[in-house]
Amino acid sequence: MTTSSSKIYADARSALAGAVQDGGTIMAGGFGLCGIPENLIEALRESGVRNLTAISNNAGVDDFGLGILLKTRQITKMIASYVGENKEFERQYLSGELQLEFNPQGTLAERIRAGGAGIYGFYTKTGAGTLVQEGKETRVVNGDTYVLETGLVADVALVKAWKGDTEGNLVYRKTARNFNPMMATAGRITIAEVEELVEAGELNPDHIHTPGIYVSRIFQGKDYRKLIEQRTVRKRDAA
Amino acid sequence: MPWSRDEMAARAARELQDGFYVNLGIGIPTRVVNYIPAGMKVALQSENGMLGMGPFPYEGEEDADLVNAGKQTITELPYSSYFSSADSFAMIRGGHIDLSILGAMEVSETGDLANWMVPGKMVKGMGGAMDLVAGVKRVVVAMEHASKEGASKFKPRCELPLTGANVVDMIITELAVFARPDRKSPFRLIEVAPGVSAEEVRARTSAKFVS
Repeated sequence: MTTSSSKIYADARSALAGAVQDGGTIMAGGFGLCGIPENLIEALRESGVRNLTAISNNAGVDDFGLGILLKTRQITKMIASYVGENKEFERQYLSGELQLEFNPQGTLAERIRAGGAGIYGFYTKTGAGTLVQEGKETRVVNGDTYVLETGLVADVALVKAWKGDTEGNLVYRKTARNFNPMMATAGRITIAEVEELVEAGELNPDHIHTPGIYVSRIFQGKDYRKLIEQRTVRKRDAA
Repeated sequence: MPWSRDEMAARAARELQDGFYVNLGIGIPTRVVNYIPAGMKVALQSENGMLGMGPFPYEGEEDADLVNAGKQTITELPYSSYFSSADSFAMIRGGHIDLSILGAMEVSETGDLANWMVPGKMVKGMGGAMDLVAGVKRVVVAMEHASKEGASKFKPRCELPLTGANVVDMIITELAVFARPDRKSPFRLIEVAPGVSAEEVRARTSAKFVS
């Protein structure tokens, strides 16, 4: 049953429609290429929207993940913790075409969690005494220096989950979870792509990772490539 | 005869205790898994949201949803659990991890660590390293004694941008092991590799330490 309040969309393109404007801020889930919203990133590229600030732990690789939006120059600023796998990223940063703000990974995760949770800021020891501290308020407690970091929100959060239901409840799988749950709470509009969309009532309420309140739009994705960056294996012992 | 990388990893593994929760950095530290003493239970935490990292999968059993912090495919163990990145770093920052073993570009005589950036040359980002050294109970560095240019990496002050200030508890190089009982004390030379003398270590180390 679809009603006027239905969250269900047919595909990435229709789910994304009208959600992002030029100059907007997006969050994209994933750790490397693990747990990235593949369909939504492609739809964002096709939409041609420009001058984006992208918040994500990494920048994908040159030809996949957020890397494809760097190639088209649709991203002009990134907030990330590590961008080592993307040569194009490094090139644009060094040439001044791209603004970059590095956040320690834990700080980034907690900033996003705080943003979605109504917490203006928090004090953390991470980065005290390093470049990360520059320009920020600090507080000394029992001889330890803590740095004030502020919550982060975005116009749109692009989230990838394993299963979702028609209410927007989401379940993640293994290490594909990573930044997705926090980002789901911190987008003014959160769009979730799932590998399997089921009817409300099919997911066990005790096992839901992201309650549907956070999810505005959901669709069942398709053609997942789920690329592996480092395929490492071990030998079987001789029989 | 200086220790090999595997011997350094084996030495680092001697810092493990039964029941420890441990985070291993990339490079030499990943070899530590091969030297966990038989019968010792050590749970490996991966910053991207997993506790109880298993070995690499057999060929054909790789799962794109199951990777470690280096984006390598891994497997589960019977006691594994998964959680979000916020929960992972709450675990790290909140002092719940017993030991972190990681590499370094520079360590200062006061325990500062630099291992994330070379201005103008390598600017990839700090990832989880700053959180790890800020939160983990004990930090052990495994690194080469000298840089490619032959300079001592254990030095009076770090010149590269810091990962953390006063965070290192033990340093293992191919020549020697330095340790300090707490973060107010200087490092002490506690072991040398076979055939390496304390004098040689002193000559090749620019940091001040006690012996």
